[in-house]
Amino acid sequence: METTIAGQTIDLNNEGYLTDIKQWTKEVAMHIAQEEGITLTDGHWPVIEYLQEQYRNEVPLSIRKVGKSGVVDIKQFYALFPGGPLKKASRIAGIPKPASCI
Amino acid sequence: MDTQAMENTAVEKKDAKVQKMMLILSKATIDNVYACFILANGARMEGIEAEIFFTFFGLEAVQKKKLEHLHVATVGNPAMHIPTLLGGLPGMEAFATNMMKKEMEKLDIPPVGEFIEILEASGAKLWACKLAMDMFHLEREDLVDEISDVITVGDFYQRAQGENTHLLFI
Repeated sequence: METTIAGQTIDLNNEGYLTDIKQWTKEVAMHIAQEEGITLTDGHWPVIEYLQEQYRNEVPLSIRKVGKSGVVDIKQFYALFPGGPLKKASRIAGIPKPASCI
Repeated sequence: MDTQAMENTAVEKKDAKVQKMMLILSKATIDNVYACFILANGARMEGIEAEIFFTFFGLEAVQKKKLEHLHVATVGNPAMHIPTLLGGLPGMEAFATNMMKKEMEKLDIPPVGEFIEILEASGAKLWACKLAMDMFHLEREDLVDEISDVITVGDFYQRAQGENTHLLFI
């Protein structure tokens, strides 16, 4: 599925996740965040960058890992991305939907 | 049913998203405790509310002195695939439990104590059953701080109110 965000053509899968992280920009993130009902603040960006870094290093993500990252604790993570933090934050970060159960 | 009616039914079902999971944990074997915790945590990860009512042996999972010493059952558990007599040998439960814990750590599944902290931080509510507390002569201080309160089954049902709430007994 192709869509245009901030003048760029973006490929999304049927769940709305970017299929190519190279197409990700901050504008894309802000647009997807808005769809999720989230306004990105200074508190969100370090979390997004952390998730992208983990993805590039092929580390499978979990709530537990995010909580231990030193970037954000679990309570803050839920507060920043309410209603499914790992899924929403991953979508905003332009990485695939995490398959973790934890 | 014509096609339109079928489509409408499908839409209604799709809209009925689970809103709240009310889990009742009544057992203290480690596999049951993890099943309960993973379901509660998984609900929170999907934006679904989650509450756990710890009753009877389930209370062992939230007792400060006991929660790190839970075992998998090696006797009366056909899924262990070992003869019952062997399962009853001294040390067998500890051995099987250690094996299981190692496998779980590999999958990034936290130990019970840390899991309780994660649940609380995730916004899951944890409740202790008053009747079971009285039965086992337990005090609030015996339980981990993450327990919100000691409540009755009636209180728990009150909390289950609302559409698309599911109750699950483990």
